[in-house]
Amino acid sequence: MKAESYPCPLPGGAAASEYALTFDAGRKHRVLIAPALFDEAHKLRRLAVEVMRRLDGSGIDSMLPDLPGCNESEQDLALIEPEDWRMALDAAARHFGATRVLAIRGGGLVLPEKLGGWHYAPVKGASLLRTMLRARILSAREAGREESVDDLMEQGLQLGLELAGFSLSGEMLRQMNTLVPGKKAGITALEHELVGGAPLWLRAEPDEDAEQADALAAVVAVGVGA
Amino acid sequence: MDTTDRKLRAILSDVLGLKPGQADAFTADTGLFGELPELDSMAVAGLLTEMEDRLGIVIDEDEIDGELFETYGSLLNFARSKREAA
Repeated sequence: MKAESYPCPLPGGAAASEYALTFDAGRKHRVLIAPALFDEAHKLRRLAVEVMRRLDGSGIDSMLPDLPGCNESEQDLALIEPEDWRMALDAAARHFGATRVLAIRGGGLVLPEKLGGWHYAPVKGASLLRTMLRARILSAREAGREESVDDLMEQGLQLGLELAGFSLSGEMLRQMNTLVPGKKAGITALEHELVGGAPLWLRAEPDEDAEQADALAAVVAVGVGA
Repeated sequence: MDTTDRKLRAILSDVLGLKPGQADAFTADTGLFGELPELDSMAVAGLLTEMEDRLGIVIDEDEIDGELFETYGSLLNFARSKREAA
């Protein structure tokens, strides 16, 4: 496992160096991992890395890039839109010479243009937002403040909104609310039932699950024919 | 155990990371929110979204209050009434 970086294009034409976790031995099959988004990124990161370890054992290289504004990135998330994440994944795919993509949950909403592969546990952008909006309303209520989904969205679309500790711009909210997992040529949807066990994004704390990592890695290893 | 009951136990198992069969021990009086420290606001929000998806219901934020999560029985009654109305 190595810590590498890739040149990531930024809004306005600038570029930044973003971090990527890689298992890279210059092998033929190279899988780009499109990470889950927002709160789910934390809960599914260990699963992603466990899948990468197994792929490495099967002779497959893999790379898990940071999206701008996420994880170790120094970019301001409040200036980022979903399209910037798609461009970042495109850039990472080119830089690392990825041959396939494995997208996790919301990561499949910003798939790079040309790669075929898999989308694990697809989810609508609106569902991700709704869960974070609800969490904010519940926290506010415990603190004695009443908020509503409609009011928060209306305010957020104009001024941006902080949800689950993430500063989201109006444009991020607007686009994310309309993004749905598409029927993209070459991308196979992997519903969670296929993997089995309790979905890790529903848990309050990040965890890992060896059987789920085995199942996902097996689908990818069989798929690339390694 | 009806379908709603079975599905609701399965959803709680997933959210709480229970072992298979562990949720079978829930009774109507089993305490949920407050007694289960795992349920922070994000976990409760995820639980509600999952209930909507798997039970085919729509939950309005106005319907969510502390009493709903007080016991397993109160959450089950809520889920049943929502499914009947759906």
